[in-house]
Amino acid sequence: MTKFIDLTLNGISTGAIYAAVALALVLIWRSTRVVNFAQGAMLMVTTYIASAVIGSGGSYLLGFVVALASGFLLGAVVERVAVRPVESAPPLNAVILTLGLYTLIVAVAGMIWGNTPRSFPAAFSLRGYTVGGTTLLFTPNDTFIVLVVIAVAVALALLFRGTSLGLRMRAAAFAPEVARLLGVRVGRMLTLGWALAAMTGSLAGVLVAPSVFLGPNSFDPILIIGFVAAVLGGLDSPPGAVVGGLALGVTLSYVSGYEGSALVPLAALAILVIVLMIRPTGLFSATRERRV
Amino acid sequence: MSVLRRALGASTLLRSLTLVLVVGLILLILSDSLSAYRDLQLATGAYYFCVLAGLTVLAGSSGQISLGHGAFMAVGAYTVAKLGNAGWALVPELAASVVVTLAIGIPVGVTASRLRGPYLAGATLAFAVGLPALADKFPAFLGGENGLSINPPTPPSSLGATFPLERWEAWIACAGALVVLFVFYNVTHSGIGRSLRAVRDDEIAASLAGLRVGRRQTLAFVLSAASAGLGGGLLVVVTQLATPGAFPLQLSLTLLAGVVIGGLGSLVGAVWGAALLVLLPNWTNDVASSFSLSTNVSHNLPLAVYGLVLIVAMLLWPSGIQGGVRAIATALRGVVASRSGRGRSDGSEDAGANILSVRVSSGAGGAGGGGKPPSET
Repeated sequence: MTKFIDLTLNGISTGAIYAAVALALVLIWRSTRVVNFAQGAMLMVTTYIASAVIGSGGSYLLGFVVALASGFLLGAVVERVAVRPVESAPPLNAVILTLGLYTLIVAVAGMIWGNTPRSFPAAFSLRGYTVGGTTLLFTPNDTFIVLVVIAVAVALALLFRGTSLGLRMRAAAFAPEVARLLGVRVGRMLTLGWALAAMTGSLAGVLVAPSVFLGPNSFDPILIIGFVAAVLGGLDSPPGAVVGGLALGVTLSYVSGYEGSALVPLAALAILVIVLMIRPTGLFSATRERRV
Repeated sequence: MSVLRRALGASTLLRSLTLVLVVGLILLILSDSLSAYRDLQLATGAYYFCVLAGLTVLAGSSGQISLGHGAFMAVGAYTVAKLGNAGWALVPELAASVVVTLAIGIPVGVTASRLRGPYLAGATLAFAVGLPALADKFPAFLGGENGLSINPPTPPSSLGATFPLERWEAWIACAGALVVLFVFYNVTHSGIGRSLRAVRDDEIAASLAGLRVGRRQTLAFVLSAASAGLGGGLLVVVTQLATPGAFPLQLSLTLLAGVVIGGLGSLVGAVWGAALLVLLPNWTNDVASSFSLSTNVSHNLPLAVYGLVLIVAMLLWPSGIQGGVRAIATALRGVVASRSGRGRSDGSEDAGANILSVRVSSGAGGAGGGGKPPSET
């Protein structure tokens, strides 16, 4: 029973991280109809940057902020330089392009920082809370992870729902022609969408790095699980991405706890396939499929 | 001469047999004059060709993309390693690697035929990451991180006592590649190949014409999975080792770079791609050592080039090397034809090379449908 509770708690904290990655993918999918397979590599780079800042004497907070800022910048640059030309091309082109970006970024990171994983500090203590004499598998750092991800999700929701900038971004994503006629700078909005998404992704990188270590390939499983979480939520819905991430986190935590961590990627694949076969628009999709 | 030409024109089977014989003869003569190291490279290129040929037929014929072929290579590799240790002979164990991959490819292919674009890419990506991890789950059966090793193949004594092992391995791998070439040449030049291209260009029109779209796509996927399995089996014959580390996500991305640079849909392009995958690490090593770059840089240089190749190809040259060669050839032929005054329409000629631009016009595969993963059939 203790194990079950431990796995559930652990699943919530990893699920929050999957939710952040899923959010990053969903934001980009909504704005440009591209699944950003380079996200795993982009958040790896920003985590390395945070590691460099912290390693050279900066505080954790400084490293955290630098990671988010560099993620914002990286997302904008990637969209503007590489993705813009294929946005109107067939979907296969964008898939191959983002995979190329993934490969290139992983290789460059390996050149700069080497392929040996290194440790990354956690924000708060990694010693579990003690309740009535038993130590739970839920730490102050896990609380931090869950709270930060919730805060970012709420902030994004407020941005999109409550501000005129958010309205312009939504308009640019869903009806670019009309938005352009109404004076919205569509290209700039798409770039901003990518920047925000990449920033959310880099948040996930910093949060997960203490538990998976930091190496060029450390974040591959997280990218894939984040993708599954996004599809689970409908790939189109930010709340769906958050719920999908949490649900997947808990489920995969059980798989890992009872069957071994080697099965986690295959379990994620199985969930992905089942969801796509039964309810391809995702469990939480708000909109019907779009036909343009 | 003209009789021969007419016979070759009439029969795909005859044409493919001639092709295989000629290529086989060239490879035989070539391998005899190569050093042991070059023979090993030839063998490596041959098993890469098996995988790339399958991938390129999949992408070029049915319009699907798979990032899971590294995992299919792992299936073939572990099959050969297990059976090799159980005392099977070379040909049966390679045949078994094809059969086992085929069996695993069927459910994956059925699933894949219902997915499109980024969904298919994501699912096959998960397959590529997930399957090799199974070696850790069953360490007693699959050898865990250290994998399984087998004895090297022994050249038959009729070839002489001093026949180099590397040349024998090159012969085996090239024989496998020729089988793949034979099968895929016949598939792409038959009714099956034409129906696959019809499915690629317009799924709705193809299904209205009576083609079972899902079944065709499954067939293409399973065939390409089987050839990847053979490639993996040959890899073990050449390297004598099957480990999960030999089939990382990077392998699948490298294979993707190989087919993209060669040009999706072209078997000759698969040769270009295989040559690139073999030679590029050598070139980058030379570059790294002549500029005395650190090992970190030299180890990652090939990967960086593959990434750049994918990006640049998508931005500038989506039809790959073979597409470019074909475009030049078509242009030259156009010049010759207009000079001799018998112009003919060549529109059908490069249909296979330029799948990516073909899909622009058709809009099949979800470009118009936005976030819609399933097929509409």
